[in-house]
Amino acid sequence: MTGLAKVWVYLAQEPLAALTATLAAWLLALRLQRALGRHPLANPVLFAVAALAGALLAGGVEYRAYFEGAQFVHFLLGPATVALAVPLYRQWQVVRRSALAATLSVVLGGAFAAGVGIALALALDAAPEVTASLAPRSVTTPVAMGIAERIGGLPSLTAAVVILSGVVGAALGPVVLDLVRVRDWRARGLAIGTAAHGIGTARALSVNATAGAFSGLAMGLNALATALILPLLWRLLG
Amino acid sequence: MIGALTSLLACQLAGEVAARALGLPVPGPVVGMVILFAVLLLRGGEAPAPLGQAADGLLGNLGLLFVPAGVGVILYLPVLARDWAPISLAVLAGTLAAIAVTGRLAQALLRRLG
Repeated sequence: MTGLAKVWVYLAQEPLAALTATLAAWLLALRLQRALGRHPLANPVLFAVAALAGALLAGGVEYRAYFEGAQFVHFLLGPATVALAVPLYRQWQVVRRSALAATLSVVLGGAFAAGVGIALALALDAAPEVTASLAPRSVTTPVAMGIAERIGGLPSLTAAVVILSGVVGAALGPVVLDLVRVRDWRARGLAIGTAAHGIGTARALSVNATAGAFSGLAMGLNALATALILPLLWRLLG
Repeated sequence: MIGALTSLLACQLAGEVAARALGLPVPGPVVGMVILFAVLLLRGGEAPAPLGQAADGLLGNLGLLFVPAGVGVILYLPVLARDWAPISLAVLAGTLAAIAVTGRLAQALLRRLG
């Protein structure tokens, strides 16, 4: 084997290359975001995913091989979700005063998000399993996959549309909220967390502490509400 | 730092165990978030500084943590290409409509209910 081939085999087998590439893509994405004046549309998750997906497709690298290395980053999602309790606790005095309004908004907004997804899919004659995969798309990935499975959707397709919805919500959500004149940081956080789960929350946390706390709260509440309500509704409608 | 990370992992572990043992419809880390929040409320006062630093460090780069799963979209390109119309409409129009409706609703309710 030539030296170069040995290097290639090493890079393909060890997690180091994929892990380094993921972190480097993220740093580049952050730099690009700053260069574009931190415009809401300049979403670093979108940039990093696009760059890495393009590199994998161009290099003929399998996703599973990439994930061997990237899983170390992926693993931190669990503790990071737990850590959302800290901004929520710091903002607790504000959150407690608006607990009823926040809960009502998230439950109704989450139901609307699922309903509008089902309605649009039905209007375009989507296959039943595609409709069922689109219904839970605003909920955080593991919950959405579980719901999709229960109502006859495809969990893997759900995972893809959940991520896409999160990126769309994080990038375009602030623009839409400006358009409909929602200026209250609490309401902005609730809207982003309900419709764009953790990817939206990541954006909200980087803009405003209050919006971040409400977004994390909305993400958790909507996961719970949709998991309880959607399978019941689906059975009633189906 | 290690102490704070251990607290986060312990809450997640407790959440994973509770979610499975009780058959809860939400994932372990979300239950873990509720557990950590309850512990902070019971302790009272400010959140411990190392925990605050660990949380800020993780959440400051929360977007990065979604990148590996996001790259997985390449596995579903054929499905996405086949059903591109309903999928892109639900993802784009559906998500943005949900943000507009939830935002307006929340702003109105917050004004009325405090």
